[in-house]
Amino acid sequence: MFGFCTDPDTLSGLSWMACYLTTGKHMAIYWSVGTVLLLLAITAPAALAFGFAGASAARSRILPLSWLGRGYIAIVRGVPDIAFFLFFVIALDQFFEWIRHKAKCPDWDQPIRQGNDFVVCAEAKLPLGNAAQWVHETYGFFLAVLTFAIVFGAFAANVLFGAMRAVPRAQMETAEAYGMSPRQCYWRILVPQMWVYALPGLSNLWMVLIKATPLLFLLGVEDIVYWARELGGAKTARFTDYPHGDWRMWYFLALLVFYLMFTRVSEIVLDRIMKRLTHGQATSGGEAQRKAA
Amino acid sequence: MSCLQTIADYGLRSIGIGERLLPREDFTLCQQFTLIGSGMIWNVYFGLIALLTGFFLATAVALGKASSNPLARKPSEWFIFVFRGSPLFIQFFFAYFAFLSLKSVSPVFDPLTSAWLGAAIVLFLNTAAYSGEIFYGALLSIPKGDTEAADAYGFSGMTKFRKITWPTMLRLAWPAYTNEAIFLFHATTLVYFSGFPAWRQKGDALYYANYFADKTFNPFVPYPILAGYFILVTLVIISVFGLVNRRLNRHLPQEVRGRLKMRMNLIR
Repeated sequence: MFGFCTDPDTLSGLSWMACYLTTGKHMAIYWSVGTVLLLLAITAPAALAFGFAGASAARSRILPLSWLGRGYIAIVRGVPDIAFFLFFVIALDQFFEWIRHKAKCPDWDQPIRQGNDFVVCAEAKLPLGNAAQWVHETYGFFLAVLTFAIVFGAFAANVLFGAMRAVPRAQMETAEAYGMSPRQCYWRILVPQMWVYALPGLSNLWMVLIKATPLLFLLGVEDIVYWARELGGAKTARFTDYPHGDWRMWYFLALLVFYLMFTRVSEIVLDRIMKRLTHGQATSGGEAQRKAA
Repeated sequence: MSCLQTIADYGLRSIGIGERLLPREDFTLCQQFTLIGSGMIWNVYFGLIALLTGFFLATAVALGKASSNPLARKPSEWFIFVFRGSPLFIQFFFAYFAFLSLKSVSPVFDPLTSAWLGAAIVLFLNTAAYSGEIFYGALLSIPKGDTEAADAYGFSGMTKFRKITWPTMLRLAWPAYTNEAIFLFHATTLVYFSGFPAWRQKGDALYYANYFADKTFNPFVPYPILAGYFILVTLVIISVFGLVNRRLNRHLPQEVRGRLKMRMNLIR
């Protein structure tokens, strides 16, 4: 990185550190912070969409659909989330391969589960056996995002379901009195009003989502936890220009501080948003703001 | 091999009693049920230890955070901030590697690197921080009239705390504390995935479920079994905490009794 890094043996102290922290592998860990942010950026809206669908299904008047929604919320929330992460990654992968298998190899006559093996024809493999490395990584990341969205969708569905019920009943009754159909009531009255009630729960969920990102490691994505373990382990002079002892503790301390700062910043930003949204509202929060001004 | 034989062999496998080798092929449903159930011993152990010890630290931390003395308030605030603001997964990793480096200082610290003590300590501190925040919130919402009445009747100091403040705090915090207990049990599944080694394949329920899923490439059997066990544990927690809740609220008129409302929107 820096010009003086060409011969690490002669370095010491601060300049050694500067060179050490800018090696190629350390660049990988900085990039993986980007992976975490990317995951958050994709998962948050995706989970919100799942949650919205789940909450809408749960309050549907069609009974089986309502059961489906309620079941989705109850099951995902009643079981350790990490079990779901481990489950969905394999289950989704096999599900996609099975569908492709049905579509691409209709004349395959052997069973898919042979003892302890899951066998699909070569064209149905995901990603294809001869695909490039980045395709494998992207596919793994895609599965991880989908898993996160499904699990956190259930939590979001719970929040939105509660928020929909918090909208004053009188509002819906007025809409009905004006002759709106249930669909119009739902989209024009309920949905626009529920967000004020959903925001505290959703911001709590956002903090939880941030704290769940290290679980990416368990899903086989090369994220910051992976790199912290890789880089922190003891290195001898034979394999690297920068030998050091077991520094994993310090790497994880750095991760701890990173997450602390991340959650703190989110907290401050969410507080601001909440203040802005309650401004002028006929709630106790809005009333307190009015009195203070 | 009959199912009873399997239970005898693997029922206590997770604590090192019984057959040494895990099943390698022809996995039966009975084996999966038995081994995953045997792993639950560890989940229940971690959960109970952390809950019982964490309760006392949580009370202390809540009192500290509510105190007007900055010497007590600042450390409590920081304790809660650090443990609630960072992922439990990272806390486990950091603690494990910190304990590893302590181990090289003196053999006294050896047991810290094994899960039964090291992970229990992390879970204890973590749940103390989360419940401490819950108790703190409850402490702030104790009705003013209650403490004024206590003053009027001449309660003071320790007596007032033990007879008035503390029971009211628990009563108000109990529904949220029940959720915290449920999520603590869920969080125990992280232990063996975060550095702490499963020595001689003695792991928790998720460890065995993962073992079966890896060996059979079929996640549709072991994980639902695990889910079933956890739903059972959750039901037990809800009923036990419900009993305590009834006792805490027994002096209130029937309608006012705080009903346990399950609002599970929290994980670490």
